[in-house]
Amino acid sequence: MLLRATLINIELLLALLLLGLLLGTIVALLQVYGGRFAGTLAAGYAWVFRSIPALVLLFLFYFGPSQFGINIPPFIAATIALGIRSSAYQSQIFRGAIQAIPQGQMMAARSMGMSRLQAIITIIVPQAIRLSLAGWSNEFSSVVKDTTLAYVVGLNEVLRHARIIMDRHYELAMLAYVAVALIFLVLTYSGNRSLSWLERRLRIPGLQMKGGTQNT
Amino acid sequence: MSLLKAENIHKRYGKEEVLKGVSLELERGETMVVIGPSGTGKSTFLRCINQLTPPDKGRVWLDGVEVTHPKCNINKLRAQMGFVFQDFNLFSHLNTLRNVSIGLIKVKGMRKEDARKLAMKELERVGLNDKLDAYPAQLSGGQQQRVSIARALAMEPKLILFDEPTSALDPELIGEVLEVMIKLAEDGMTMLVVTHEMGFARAVADEIVFMEHGVIVEQGSPQQMFSAPKHPRTGEFLNKITELYGETA
Repeated sequence: MLLRATLINIELLLALLLLGLLLGTIVALLQVYGGRFAGTLAAGYAWVFRSIPALVLLFLFYFGPSQFGINIPPFIAATIALGIRSSAYQSQIFRGAIQAIPQGQMMAARSMGMSRLQAIITIIVPQAIRLSLAGWSNEFSSVVKDTTLAYVVGLNEVLRHARIIMDRHYELAMLAYVAVALIFLVLTYSGNRSLSWLERRLRIPGLQMKGGTQNT
Repeated sequence: MSLLKAENIHKRYGKEEVLKGVSLELERGETMVVIGPSGTGKSTFLRCINQLTPPDKGRVWLDGVEVTHPKCNINKLRAQMGFVFQDFNLFSHLNTLRNVSIGLIKVKGMRKEDARKLAMKELERVGLNDKLDAYPAQLSGGQQQRVSIARALAMEPKLILFDEPTSALDPELIGEVLEVMIKLAEDGMTMLVVTHEMGFARAVADEIVFMEHGVIVEQGSPQQMFSAPKHPRTGEFLNKITELYGETA
């Protein structure tokens, strides 16, 4: 029962990470390349959604619309609330990565006739992804745990199930919560392992990066 | 008609006017060397030619097409002008072969296999056909600069602009880059080179331009510039620079 409920956490995790990735990439690119207006807007977005507590966002996106008769299912509301929040954090990881790439590479790409967009897609983004992975795996371990917050809007995720178990059989309370804790240890561990594997795999030969071993 | 014509180029950064009306013409197959003290706008001038730094005033034509025209297709025109940077600017996530072929694929729309073949040919020309799989961080500075020359060559440009191509190199690595450049000049490539390498200038330049404080002070053939400069500053500068850098090429 707990394991099946964990699947909901994993689904929520994937959905919110994906939304965060999409929005975060756009926000980061706008912040770096968007010019003054779009850049300020993007920076403002990142600032706002990193400043509001996750629980407040959850309540806002779930109960807010329902006041006007718009009922958003808990899963969707949680995906939007946590996804937007994550996109704000992810955007700053990507922005740092983009800015770490020497500007000369952009100039070199433009000087051979690439458009700005072509240069961003073929030269900047592939490198930014590699540089983001370390920071991104940090964000991953943080949002894995945030999925339990969706409990408060009534999503049938793992923490809620532990609570149901406790309500029915109080003698199992300790066991239930220890089980939930263990589930998250495994989730975080396996996620971080996969990410550091990816980091090693994508490592550029000759460039020393965190977490990799040098083999030049 | 000259291949490259720059007319009255002005560029200002804040209060400082870096270029105060620079004009020059370059014929097809010619090698022109631009010399002058640091901070006199030589690099800015090169960047004004391919519009990496758009000039405030003045016009540039490449093969009769105006590069500074607001409605020109600047990407298409840039593809016809190679640019070799002082600090190479290779793409760090691509190996040598892909550094050279990516422009062919993305800009010229060439098929991958054809781009690969052409890239290999150009890398052979700069003597790096044994380093196809190496990444920039695994190459020496001299090798990186030769890759970047191959990258420019592969686009089959009408001319190549060189922005102090050997200034970031250890002295023992300068020779291999100059060797490639001398060969290019002999093969008839049109080149506009900003450099302090007087040996190179003497050996291959058809014309030397001396720039200072944002203007061209004097220009002429190497013989004239080295043996009988008209302007006293030209002579002073040439003496000083030859003393400092020697003549490696």
